[in-house]
Amino acid sequence: MSQSGEQSKYSVSKRGFYGNFGGAYIPEMLYPNVKELEDNYLRIIYSESFQKEYKDLLKNYVGRPSPLYHAKRLSEKYGTKIYLKREDLNHTGAHKINNTIGQILLAKELGKKRIIAETGAGQHGVATATVCALMNLECVVYMGAIDILRQEPNVKRMLMLGAKVVAAESGSKTLKDATNEAIRDWINNPVDTHYIIGSVVGPHPYPDLVARLQSIISEEMMEQMQEKEGRNYPDAIIACVGGGSNAAGAFYHYLDNLKVELIAVEAAGKGVNTGETAATTTVGTPGIIHASKTILMQTEDGQIVEPYSISAGLDYPGIGPIHAHLFESGRGTFASVTDDEAVAAGFELTRLEGIIPALESAHAIAYLKKRTFKKDQVVVINLSGRGDKDLATYIKYFDNNESLR
Amino acid sequence: MNRLDSLFQKKKNNILSIFTTAGYPKLNDTLPVVKALQEAGVDFIEIGIPFSDPLADGPVIQDSSTVAIENGMTLKLLLSQMEDIRKELTLPILLMGYINPVLQYGIENFAKKCSEVGVDGIIIPDLPMQEYLEDYKKVFDQYNLKNIFLVTPQTSDERIRFIDEHSNGFIYLVSSSSTTGKKTGIDGAEEYLSRIQKMNLKTPTVVGFNISSKESFQKATQYANGAIIGSAFVKAINNNKDIAAGVKSFVGAIR
Ligand SMILES: Cc1ncc(COP(=O)(O)O)c(C=O)c1O
Repeated sequence: MSQSGEQSKYSVSKRGFYGNFGGAYIPEMLYPNVKELEDNYLRIIYSESFQKEYKDLLKNYVGRPSPLYHAKRLSEKYGTKIYLKREDLNHTGAHKINNTIGQILLAKELGKKRIIAETGAGQHGVATATVCALMNLECVVYMGAIDILRQEPNVKRMLMLGAKVVAAESGSKTLKDATNEAIRDWINNPVDTHYIIGSVVGPHPYPDLVARLQSIISEEMMEQMQEKEGRNYPDAIIACVGGGSNAAGAFYHYLDNLKVELIAVEAAGKGVNTGETAATTTVGTPGIIHASKTILMQTEDGQIVEPYSISAGLDYPGIGPIHAHLFESGRGTFASVTDDEAVAAGFELTRLEGIIPALESAHAIAYLKKRTFKKDQVVVINLSGRGDKDLATYIKYFDNNESLR
Repeated sequence: MNRLDSLFQKKKNNILSIFTTAGYPKLNDTLPVVKALQEAGVDFIEIGIPFSDPLADGPVIQDSSTVAIENGMTLKLLLSQMEDIRKELTLPILLMGYINPVLQYGIENFAKKCSEVGVDGIIIPDLPMQEYLEDYKKVFDQYNLKNIFLVTPQTSDERIRFIDEHSNGFIYLVSSSSTTGKKTGIDGAEEYLSRIQKMNLKTPTVVGFNISSKESFQKATQYANGAIIGSAFVKAINNNKDIAAGVKSFVGAIR
């Protein structure tokens, strides 16, 4: 992560906008918290002491750099050269920890005593509970009541790590509602609490903060590409997008390199026209969700629509403002993948490469079926997490579907 | 003259405002509820625009919003109900809601319609000061619509001065750093409220959040021109068969 004056047209503006999207539409109750963060985050995260501790923990605790693995059998199958950026090998099993390590150090520097977080798949909740255990800070994780049921192993991990898991019972009882509850907690605890948001969403400066902390993914990718391919960029990067933090991190250092196609894959759920989907850019329109102007799924009256995806981490009715900008400006390629396509891709990767991907990451892999890349092209898929947490869902599909066995 | 301005000119103390959610408990209850409030002698009324994701609200107002949306309430419908409401009501009326439904309606359309149907002011907690000044103020001013800002115990004196300078109507003093209806009563807010009282702001002040009883109303109005009751009222009309009688007894118990 380097501060370098990289002010591209895809970076955040002083007022917290990416093109038409972003900002901080917060109630006055949150003003001091958000202002404190805004005034201090760049100074802190680029300080020498922060960088030293952050890099040390990433290396020795998380296990970075994560490998860039040439997936030969997958490449063969799709007739192109495919690398997997192995975020699944990180401690706790996903890219989420890159962000929580950074934010816990930031929270400590700001003198905060209590940490709150929202979680969908539970990966961000686990990554937050983990760094709270490491730093001995109180931790409360909000999680939709439905997600608590479908991601049970992660709930147990959070509890074992000493976090308190609070069920969000409002609305659709998934990630959106968990985020509402975390924001309400922050309103009620404005002084000693830091909110570790888990994606590039929420009020400015969160989208920028989280993108910078995740940018380690593309920072390493540049070096690894150089080593393996003799040039520091691939032709395309594919990443799944819930809120969009793994994608933002994988794209970050390539935003201005127009030779690299940036492909964002959303969850289509049961299909973009079924009403049971989370494919935000396909069915959404501009509006404000969780204090950020972005593209979201909503009714004509401006009520936020409940999304659906088999993958709890992608089950969110918005996208980070940086992605809304990449979509609107045409810099990003946006696609969507259904539950069935994602699960099939998960099985395929498992059998071809011996890697069980998280259902979220399986969406990125499934994109290979939607596109033909050339034989000499180099494609990086950001494998954002491992599938241990999703075993129950995979096995249910496996048992119900002859063709997978 | 704007009805809010005349109210604050005529009356300096013990101003009572009640918040009610539009379309709650039943879709067509908005009019009977506010009519009963006027008859019961409240000074002004806030009508909540229901929203699916009300970040600044606690469970009572969240639930009333969910019910109202299920009942079929929309901003469009509320603004058309306002036409009938205005025929029967002389009190100042404010709409309180979140920014997204207003954005989808269209800011200019919204302001224009509000002025046509006799809405006097707007409270949008998630519309920040800076955005308001840059993108909304001109339109709101053009339609003589007051935008009410919030101040909390965490707001610095400097920022309070800034808000005072740009406010008209009144300043909404949030009684504690909390979502709505978090607790009953405003014990502990005395120091904060008296600090603001001593600042001698040019804009009238009204305290809201967690005011639920005669006692908390009286306490709040020692420090400010008035006070607003929300969650406690919404809870009270929840399963009241006779709206007029229910409203009358609720307001009667406050003052
Ligand atoms: C493995 C994995 N990938 C992706 C996501 C989606 O988040 P984001 O879009 O912020 O990367 C999650 C969220 O829980 C996740 O656990």
